[in-house]
Amino acid sequence: MLIIKDLHASVGDKPILKGINLEVKAGEVHAIMGPNGSGKSTLSNVLAGRENATVTSGSVLYQDRDLLALDVEERAREGVFLAFQYPVEIPGVGNVYLLKAALNAQRKHRGLPELDAMDFLALVKDKMKLMEMNETMLYRSVNEGFSGGEKKRNEILQMAVLEPRLAILDETDSGLDIDALKIVANGVNSLRAPDRSMIMVTHYQRLLDYIKPDYVHVLAEGRIVRSGGPELAHELEKHGYAWIGDEPAGAEVKHGS
Amino acid sequence: MTNTTSTLEEIISQEYQHGFETAVEADAIPRGLSEETVRVISAKKNEPEFLLEWRLAAYRRWLEMTPPEWASVHHPAIDYQDIIYYSAPKSQKDGPKSLDEVDPELLKTYEKLGIPLHERAILAGVAVDAVFDSVSVATTFKDKLAEKGIIFCSFSEAVQHHPELVRQYLGSVVPVQDNFYAALNSAVFSDGSFVYIPPGVRCPMELSTYFRINAKNTGQFERTLIIADRDAYVSYLEGCTAPMRDENQLHAAVVELVALENAQIKYSTVQNWYPGDKEGRGGIYNFVTKRGDCRGAHSKISWTQVETGSAITWKYPSVILRGDHSVGEFYSVALTNHRQQADTGTKMIHMGKNTRSTIISKGISAGHGHQAYRGLVRIARAATGARNYTQCDSLLLGDKCAAHTFPYIEVKNASAKVEHEASTSRIGEDQLFFCRQRGLSAEDAVSMIVNGFCKEVFKELPMEFAVEAQKLLGVSLEGSVG
Repeated sequence: MLIIKDLHASVGDKPILKGINLEVKAGEVHAIMGPNGSGKSTLSNVLAGRENATVTSGSVLYQDRDLLALDVEERAREGVFLAFQYPVEIPGVGNVYLLKAALNAQRKHRGLPELDAMDFLALVKDKMKLMEMNETMLYRSVNEGFSGGEKKRNEILQMAVLEPRLAILDETDSGLDIDALKIVANGVNSLRAPDRSMIMVTHYQRLLDYIKPDYVHVLAEGRIVRSGGPELAHELEKHGYAWIGDEPAGAEVKHGS
Repeated sequence: MTNTTSTLEEIISQEYQHGFETAVEADAIPRGLSEETVRVISAKKNEPEFLLEWRLAAYRRWLEMTPPEWASVHHPAIDYQDIIYYSAPKSQKDGPKSLDEVDPELLKTYEKLGIPLHERAILAGVAVDAVFDSVSVATTFKDKLAEKGIIFCSFSEAVQHHPELVRQYLGSVVPVQDNFYAALNSAVFSDGSFVYIPPGVRCPMELSTYFRINAKNTGQFERTLIIADRDAYVSYLEGCTAPMRDENQLHAAVVELVALENAQIKYSTVQNWYPGDKEGRGGIYNFVTKRGDCRGAHSKISWTQVETGSAITWKYPSVILRGDHSVGEFYSVALTNHRQQADTGTKMIHMGKNTRSTIISKGISAGHGHQAYRGLVRIARAATGARNYTQCDSLLLGDKCAAHTFPYIEVKNASAKVEHEASTSRIGEDQLFFCRQRGLSAEDAVSMIVNGFCKEVFKELPMEFAVEAQKLLGVSLEGSVG
């Protein structure tokens, strides 16, 4: 699904990613953990194609294609989805309108007929039940006046509607109380599928109690310094990130599966 | 990876799509303005004596006036002696009796603009009084309207057939000495539309005029007068596009609306005149005076405008709330791109008791666009219980444009309630990236965000017009949003 090789990226003049290697196979869920400033968000942004980070070397293969050569919207239409840490508000644009425009842009790209309003509504209402969302949220402006929890649920709703092949969840647990976290996690878990991969970027181990990853990687100073199974997250929880920092430099582990 | 800013700039920098000139022989008088010019115009139009006198009085007042300098716009001084003040398409001389008689070149022009008069008018139930240069070439549905006693014709025709109405109302809302451009218009106005809705009549269709500036260097001085008598209702649409040209063109129109007791006038504009090229060369100077007078109690006047064109816009559609319980509304979307400048807004003058006004202004600046909202809310001493709500929002695309807000509020009655809200935002890279990450192209994303921003105004437009306006906004921003 995704093969990242020796990826280096800078924000401005500052190198942030300093040689990331990672392979994610179809159906796998990978968690990427790390302290603030370790490059987690930059990695999400680079994969989604945000312009504020510049790739200086390395490669990313997505379904055997050069991901970095694609525009932001092409990646999205090819099935790369980013659940935002801070979902933006778009005043005056109905949530339902954005969802429909997004889904149809994707369907068009794949040579499928666009869904009409009736079919689309049926589809989206079905997905909303999953996220325990009130239908009135469809007709509100995108994220405008939404609570933190509603915004995150809205992100996962978009994911459910767009059915991506590779979902990147950027700090999806941040700002959620425990009830909202459970709803979001249920939504995500229900979307796990043999042909769908996920990368969860998170600071805390808490999210991983609800969404069990297949692999956990620890990112520090722009590199993956440790990889393992879910138990690695628990160790981190116990010892903190400082424990990783004690590792000798260059102790990079082979990661991925 | 594409660069967002450059994508936006590409969108914004699209060339004007309606740029072409029709080869129609024009009957024009020589350049320049003098008392003689005024007399010639009046004579060509076979006007009654009172109108000539009125024009001459305006001309004399104009000579004593100076152009306003308070607006936040910049342009070289206009040489008023270098303008042709009258031009009429030659084919008009004998007056076409039907569309078949209209010069095919003219019809083609409308076709190119996407206004197939005959089809569209019938399909949409819209009567069209098309102004080509300075003389109306085709008026449809006149008979149908006449059955209800509605007068909808060119201003010139009104002067010939209804001089008493013209005499009674002309200049009664915008007096000749009102401002420099209004005085100029009063002296040399060429043609325009005239509407009279008799008491108790609800106009059964949207009335519409497509203005179009064509002959080179011809100033356009439209004069529009709309009167809704007691208990009458009318919705009037004005839309325009202009061909590409290299010299700046002056357009100084005057629109007067009169609403008598319990009458309602809804005036909607979609303005898309040539804005000049990317460096700001050419383009229309649009210095317009639009004012409505809620003369009777319980009357209502609404202005809705979507302004995307012109190099410079200077325009403040206003309402004088004279009648008790009268209502004034102003809904505006103004977009400036490239080097466009706009100083626009409204005036709500509350004189009657319990008068209410609403102002919703949405300004969008892109490229090097420069925009100012200028609004006056005046509550007179007698206007007990007056209320105003103003909301002014600006949206900036890119980092080279500017938006300013100049609200003036004068309250002389302590019972008045005046609210003003203002906001300025930027189409964030965040919003754009978010939409693109969901699969929308940069153009679609910008168009969606801008249309969302303008939603409160678009919902005030008649349906077909709203659709056009949305498209226009998309086109105007193509290559530009950042």
